[in-house]
Amino acid sequence: MIKRTTLGTALVLALGVPAAQAAGEVNVYTYRETKLVQPLFDAFTKDTGIKVNVISASSGLEQRIKTEGANSPADVLLTVDLGRIDDAVQAGISQPMKSEVIEKTVPAQYRDPDGHWAGISMRARVIYASKERVKQDAITYEELADPKWKGKICIRSGQHIYNNGLFAAYVTKHGEAKAEEWLRGVKANLAQKPSGGDREQARDVAAGKCDIGIGNTYYWALMMNSDPDKKPWAEATKVILPTFAGGGTHVNLSGVLLAKHAPNKANAVKLIEWLAGDEAQKIYADTNYEYPVKAGVAVNPTIAGYGKLSADPMPIAKIASNRKAASTLVDKVGFDN
Amino acid sequence: MTPSRTELAAILIAAATALLVAAPVISIAVLALQPEPELWQHLLAYVLPQALRDTAALLLGVGLVALAIGAGTAWLISSHDFTGRALLLWLLPLPLAIPTYLAAYVYVDLFEPLGLIHRALATAMPLPDAIRLLPAMRSLPGAVFIIGLVLYPYVYLSARAMFQHRSADFAEAAKVLGAGRWTTFRRVSLPMARPALAVGLALVSLETLNDIGASEYLGVRTLTVSVFTTWLNRGSLAGAAQLSLFMLAIVTVLITIERFGRRESSFEFSAENPRLMPRTQLHGWRGACAFVACLLPALLGFAVPLLYLLHQSIRRGLLASETTVWRDAGHTIMLAAIATGIALLLGLVVVIAQRWRASRLTDASFAIAQTGYALPGLVLALGLLTPVLFADNSVNTVARWIGMPLPGLVMIGSGAAVVIAYVIRFLAVPTGLIKAGFDHIPADYDDSARAAGAPVMTTLHTIHLPLLRPALLGAVIVVFVDCLKELPATLLLRPLNVETLATSIYQYASRGSFEEGALAALLIVAASIGPVMWLTRFADVPKGPA
Repeated sequence: MIKRTTLGTALVLALGVPAAQAAGEVNVYTYRETKLVQPLFDAFTKDTGIKVNVISASSGLEQRIKTEGANSPADVLLTVDLGRIDDAVQAGISQPMKSEVIEKTVPAQYRDPDGHWAGISMRARVIYASKERVKQDAITYEELADPKWKGKICIRSGQHIYNNGLFAAYVTKHGEAKAEEWLRGVKANLAQKPSGGDREQARDVAAGKCDIGIGNTYYWALMMNSDPDKKPWAEATKVILPTFAGGGTHVNLSGVLLAKHAPNKANAVKLIEWLAGDEAQKIYADTNYEYPVKAGVAVNPTIAGYGKLSADPMPIAKIASNRKAASTLVDKVGFDN
Repeated sequence: MTPSRTELAAILIAAATALLVAAPVISIAVLALQPEPELWQHLLAYVLPQALRDTAALLLGVGLVALAIGAGTAWLISSHDFTGRALLLWLLPLPLAIPTYLAAYVYVDLFEPLGLIHRALATAMPLPDAIRLLPAMRSLPGAVFIIGLVLYPYVYLSARAMFQHRSADFAEAAKVLGAGRWTTFRRVSLPMARPALAVGLALVSLETLNDIGASEYLGVRTLTVSVFTTWLNRGSLAGAAQLSLFMLAIVTVLITIERFGRRESSFEFSAENPRLMPRTQLHGWRGACAFVACLLPALLGFAVPLLYLLHQSIRRGLLASETTVWRDAGHTIMLAAIATGIALLLGLVVVIAQRWRASRLTDASFAIAQTGYALPGLVLALGLLTPVLFADNSVNTVARWIGMPLPGLVMIGSGAAVVIAYVIRFLAVPTGLIKAGFDHIPADYDDSARAAGAPVMTTLHTIHLPLLRPALLGAVIVVFVDCLKELPATLLLRPLNVETLATSIYQYASRGSFEEGALAALLIVAASIGPVMWLTRFADVPKGPA
């Protein structure tokens, strides 16, 4: 046992893991990949001198923070979607942040009324349509269940958080019974079993396996601008911003919350405010091709090329509360089978 | 005779080790106590039938592929001589260096529409026609093919050792009686190798069940994937824990099969003068067929993924542009090395305690120490979180109480939690191998040493450890390579600012651009090749325990 402690200590020293509570630091737990958020944190450190420590995972961070309890080093949780933020608030690991900056920059629709979370960037769930085979330039989400698309739609797993968010929005809009009927309709229109990621849907459209694929706004821009291998996939498709009948386009948020026991609370609030500021919003827009939440920050030209986004006005918090129902429906209709 | 102080210490450490291994299961069981009747109604109606079907089909399919390839090649190699055999001897086990999730990423990339193979086909025919010729990798058959190809060495290695040693006399007898090669294989070698095959097969099944990266990526909805979805999308930790317990029940059955196989295999062969199977020379087309049959699995399970990763790394200029990968490699190797050292030490103590003082306590400790391997990494991490953080928080409470500065979360903050997870998960390897090694050392040796008045430590040092060297080396290699590849527990338990090679690849893959992680992937494979080749040598030296 003595050996283990020694080895543990050696590991601490060797990995250079700092005492988390030291001044001038902030600890971020994130569901976003390190590679994507690192440029933001580097810029923040340059601006403020505050060092950012990061841990990134694809699952279980709320659980980890909750279990870590009062000694948790977590200051900020950064998620890719609102569902996770909602889970985190439900788990009781957040505290309201009092920040005039956030209240001024982030529109009310994209932040928690009680101040527990704020959206930092947005992405829309859209359609990658074949330039050759799809004549339409406007499609509603409801229409995806129309038999005219039979055998023509490609989509990733219905249980993936992005689809989960879209389906939850549908439940919010039309109720569970209608949503189930719609999901059955969409399933009947699928060209193949749901699989792969959003990019693969564009690829399969390009390869002629299907006519329309469902994906997020930024994947298309990334393929177009920063991956020569995948550029042909984007080039074969056009992005259509679908809307709900009588509503807008479904958007999901990447959000932040302040951890309940944040040891570096002041720095955490500083980071959150900085993320909602001009510089960070511009980085979000130009390196990850997301829609900035702050009014007045320009959308990247590639994204702007999709047309003007009219985001669905449904309160995001309400959509989040229907996530479970949406997930249940996906299993019920055997969407992924 | 009352136990000496050394013996007592060994017994205590063995018991503590068992407790450590049991901790996550206990914690999962506690988490599962919360009733989730609504969830289970749903799971029973819509999730479990599919998940059980997929899991069963995957286990069966992968098992058959691994058995066919593993036993087939092992038999060819151990009872025949043909041109190229020497090359195959070290090529065949190498797929062990490829993690299942990496193989999945590579094969999906290769066979995707507009991918390398599709475009090659399209030079001869129109694109849409070529697409119909592509096998669907993202499917159950695809998963069976891919996972089977990288896991067959478990069967191969255990079968080979058996074919080599055990059936020599019988095979000769069969030959004298006029049986042909095929009849000898079917009637003599194969039945005799059955226990070894069962052991290899159980390992393959446990690995398949543990896998989440590959199955999730390939769209196969196994139980492991269901635990994941239940936890994440339905936010039900209790439900996930209940599903995990259910999985553990299945795993227990697999382990029992393995135990049973091992028990049957316990007949002794002469350690001093093992007789090797006489090898038949294969010439001409027979030799060529044998060569190709052995080469193909090694090519598909190892060379193809390796070359693809190499190709991507070079084409993307990753060697020049990737800067974080070397730091990640450092973390990976350090975590794996420390975990390997601890696992080896604890494994040794657990087995020794049982050898020195067989009792219900030491027997139980040994049995429990073997069960960690059965815990899928994700379940293990889930279960480990609570006890580890309980310990961390207790330290802080005590510190606050005596007025010392708070140390913070020491174990999870230092990476110790990851190390503990590795130790728990892979402890079965050193305990199993060391136990097997000990079983070949006659108890007379111990008795004579004891009669001569040698303290147990001296006996251990001068007699046991030298005899156990092959087992110890084998254990080091297997554990180290397994740690390098481990993904789910590392993801959840690693400290701030620490990435391993596996977690960094996973991040690329979940962003849909796995090729950018090709260099990290290549490093995992490269770091595993050496140990796997060592392992082969160890399996190969036909000298028995010496």
